[in-house]
Amino acid sequence: MIKNIAVFALLTLIGFSVNAQDDLLDELEKNQVPTTDYTTATFKTTRIVSGHSVETVAAKHLDFRISHRFGAINSGFEELFGLDQSQIRFGLEYGLTDQLTIGIGRNSYQKTYDYYAKYKILRQSTGEKSMPITVALFGAAYTNTMPTQPDAKFYTNLERQTYCGQILIARKFGERVSLQLTPSILHRNKTESVDDANTLYSLGMGGRFKLTKRTSLNVEYFYTPSTLGEKTLRSSQYTNALSIGFDIETGGHVFQLHCTNSKGMSEKYLIGQTTGQWTSGDIFYGFNISRVFSFDKSDKNNHK
Amino acid sequence: MNKKSFLQKISLIFILGLIVFQGKSQLFLTNSGESNIFSETPVENISAINKQVASIINITSGEIAVRIQNVAFHFPNKLMEEHFNENYMESSKFPISTFKGKIQETIDYSKVGTYDVSAKGILEMHGVKKEKILKGKLTVTKEQLTLISNFDVKLADYNIEIPTLVMAKIAESINIKSKFILAPKKLQ
Repeated sequence: MIKNIAVFALLTLIGFSVNAQDDLLDELEKNQVPTTDYTTATFKTTRIVSGHSVETVAAKHLDFRISHRFGAINSGFEELFGLDQSQIRFGLEYGLTDQLTIGIGRNSYQKTYDYYAKYKILRQSTGEKSMPITVALFGAAYTNTMPTQPDAKFYTNLERQTYCGQILIARKFGERVSLQLTPSILHRNKTESVDDANTLYSLGMGGRFKLTKRTSLNVEYFYTPSTLGEKTLRSSQYTNALSIGFDIETGGHVFQLHCTNSKGMSEKYLIGQTTGQWTSGDIFYGFNISRVFSFDKSDKNNHK
Repeated sequence: MNKKSFLQKISLIFILGLIVFQGKSQLFLTNSGESNIFSETPVENISAINKQVASIINITSGEIAVRIQNVAFHFPNKLMEEHFNENYMESSKFPISTFKGKIQETIDYSKVGTYDVSAKGILEMHGVKKEKILKGKLTVTKEQLTLISNFDVKLADYNIEIPTLVMAKIAESINIKSKFILAPKKLQ
């Protein structure tokens, strides 16, 4: 009897300790607080090419952006295939919170200032809270500060204003592929030609395909109907903007190199005033450089 | 002796055994351990903190396990955090880093005091398992165990590549400092 009990007790002990051995990590997994895993880096930076992506600048971080578009590639040797000319936009964009970014920029094209706010209302996530898409709201205003000219006469300052609203909807499909839809509305207080309607509606589409860990191929297209029934919305000289880009990320910087038929670098031009034709080589080579600075001092004391 | 009473006795002993076991809780654990990672180079110092590290010690067998969710490491520079997960740890592929080992010294957990300990086991990170001996200090008090450890990992050992462009900014071996305050596992 005693022998039996001893054997049994021993078996119990062994059973228990074997059990405990196997289960230490499982035990932790059961006990660990589940986290919500928010999808990061749907796009490498806040622009797909020229248009906005769902990405916002992190809280207390400043994104300094310099963007260039050279002249048309088909302008010939005399212009060194466009390299003699260039348009520049530089911008300062700051993350007030991880969701809310505000930015200001200056475009040399039509001497236009732009101001925008972008707010992420939904974040794609898995785990505790699950969400299939990221959604951001975008609002911008543009001020043309060019002197009044025969083909662009401004009688009041309000006529210089343009506004844009967008809903950015994106999903990251695995590591490599991200896609975005961007329903947009653009309102010009004054248009450059009588054929142009003040308000345009556009559907932006964008995507990226990651080639390596630090490079990706990006495409962006804005479909803007130029007529609505009988009514002309956009003068026939303007076309839809198609841009193809290549992103290189190098730690603190993101370099975006691209070809686009839109000379301008903001929604005002992408939707309303894209003139280039891909078919005739009337396209522009360009780049964006993004440099992010962190002003978060929360744990500078860690290194002593 | 008839069969019934034998079974009764056995089950009684079994139950008693269980009670004794649980009463003298042998598992100490935490879900809010802290781990800091440091990369120090002349060009740049980088650090991150994770306050949701889970750790467990079985004081009867001396076994220890640590489970870290990579995305819970927070960097002051969010871009670094993104790159840490996207480019280096590949957290969507390898979300968890673990250590599972055994404390080599025999420690009297009923005696209050601080002991130098070393645990030999497997450190799994970025999909690579490597045997490692981690050194630390274990402080035993009546209510809890405090474990402090400090060790280095070589990134190359775990197939984490640093591109030449940022080589000067990221150290080849990363220092990991941890502090776990483990409490007895509550009876369920």
